[in-house]
Amino acid sequence: MADDKVTAGDGTFGVLAEFSSPETLMHACAKVRDKGFSIWDAHTPFPIHGLDKAMGLKRSWVSAFVLVMGLSGAVLGMIMQWWVASKAYPLVISGKPFFSWPAFIPITFECGVLGGASGAVLGLLIMARLPRHHHALFNSERFKKVTDDAFFISIEAQDPQYDSAETPRFLEEIGATYVEPVAA
Amino acid sequence: MEHEISVSPEEISLPESWNKLPMIAGGVGLISLIASYMMGHGSQQFSFSYLTGFMYWLTLALGGLFFVLLHYLARSGWSVVVRRQAEHVMGTLPVFVLLFIPVALGMHDLYHWTHADAVAHDPLLQHKAPYLNETFFFIRAAFFFAVWTMLSMYFRSQSAQQDKSGDPDITQRLQTRSAPGMVLFAVTIMFASFDWLMSLEPHWFSTIFGVYIFAGCVVSIFAFLILLVLQLKGSGALTHIVTWEHFHDLGKLLFGFVVFWAYIGFSQFMLIWYANIPEETFWFDMRWDDPTWRWTSIFLAAGHFVVPFFFLITQWVKRQRLTLTLAALWMLFMHYVDIYWLVMPTLHHEAFQLSVLDFTCWLGIGGLFLAVLFSLMQRSTLIPVKDPRLQESLAFENP
Repeated sequence: MADDKVTAGDGTFGVLAEFSSPETLMHACAKVRDKGFSIWDAHTPFPIHGLDKAMGLKRSWVSAFVLVMGLSGAVLGMIMQWWVASKAYPLVISGKPFFSWPAFIPITFECGVLGGASGAVLGLLIMARLPRHHHALFNSERFKKVTDDAFFISIEAQDPQYDSAETPRFLEEIGATYVEPVAA
Repeated sequence: MEHEISVSPEEISLPESWNKLPMIAGGVGLISLIASYMMGHGSQQFSFSYLTGFMYWLTLALGGLFFVLLHYLARSGWSVVVRRQAEHVMGTLPVFVLLFIPVALGMHDLYHWTHADAVAHDPLLQHKAPYLNETFFFIRAAFFFAVWTMLSMYFRSQSAQQDKSGDPDITQRLQTRSAPGMVLFAVTIMFASFDWLMSLEPHWFSTIFGVYIFAGCVVSIFAFLILLVLQLKGSGALTHIVTWEHFHDLGKLLFGFVVFWAYIGFSQFMLIWYANIPEETFWFDMRWDDPTWRWTSIFLAAGHFVVPFFFLITQWVKRQRLTLTLAALWMLFMHYVDIYWLVMPTLHHEAFQLSVLDFTCWLGIGGLFLAVLFSLMQRSTLIPVKDPRLQESLAFENP
């Protein structure tokens, strides 16, 4: 886990910088991206369109989870019905064959939807490394404003470009109103 | 967005190379139709081939009407830059009054409930006679065409007026009126499909049939809009106006309605299969018992759903010129197979049998449809230049 590496270091998680508006945050993100940082994040009280581009984020993998889980759900749904209707408990229903696949399509479809939706939730949790009981950023009092009216960029100490003196100065240069180190 | 995106006049006027198209399309259309009529394959084959072509292009034109109504009903912003082409597509609807004449003249070839002697020996047709009789048939047809002409002319003229005045009240008004417009659209397309397609087999009935036709009609308009706008871009128009963000959305809607079509088609099939009542199942038997029709049915299910579903599911396919063009062309082809599959088993129930008239009638009506479409396109700018949501549409990006 990421946390282990940080605690192994000098006891700092990284640096937290506050910005006053979505626009200044967006411009700052583009500069952090262009500077070549890789282990960093932006934190906002609400979704901001275009922030993913400004941060240089790649396409999310969640859709792949949805596809795989959705198809698996559909296939498993059909297999389950085949097994129930023709192996485990064969019953003649309205004179049709045991394996009457058209009758099984609605449930196959629903199982596909269930798998796909679960895949979206699970994929999101896995990609976001959730759930977790604590994050180093909560050591900062200031960070509580992130659910209200403040916009933050955090750069982690394990980023190869990180420098405990240079990085806070850089963040102030690109428009941060307040910069503080965060303990791990 | 703070800064306005400007639109250059060259980008929103029809490219010069398109000016000859109405003549070419009209010429090809007229020649094909006359040739189809003269070829002498019998009036029955002509009527059925003509009905297939007629319903193909009519559903496309109705798709244009649906697109415009939906645009206003949902108060959408992103689709402003492609709405004008949909307006032109629905602008062809009044012409279908004329194109309906051969269907009306051929009704005795097409609909056997119009034969008095057949009705005399058929209790079910007698029972249905209060609805299925020639007088009421034509009254209903007149009502459908009146509604479609009225709706398409009203929404088109208001939009054209806004091009001059820039009055945002027009958008407000159209948003309000799109709601009853949508109800009228739903009722008319439903009963028109009952009258012109379902009554080919007057013993058969399916309440979802109108929705099935609607599903195909929406698939065809999204495929057609994608092709038309891509061609306009290829000729150097709309370069910075319609972006891949817009095509991505059109592609998503195409994908969505491909699934909707399958959902409705399967719902219609499953209920009839499950109940297994001969009065209903014979319609599917006609498309399954004979091996040639069975393969057509399988081809329809695979080509109209399975293949495009997996093809269109990834994002990049909807954001590439080549792949999106292929998908749109394929869906327009499959829409023809769909209509053919609905119409032709009544005539050739012993086996699938392609006729040259199937092609020439489709081409003939299509040529006239395109001639009207292209000449409407010459008369206005390619986008609604003073729509209050134009800036929103120009700046649109997928979230």
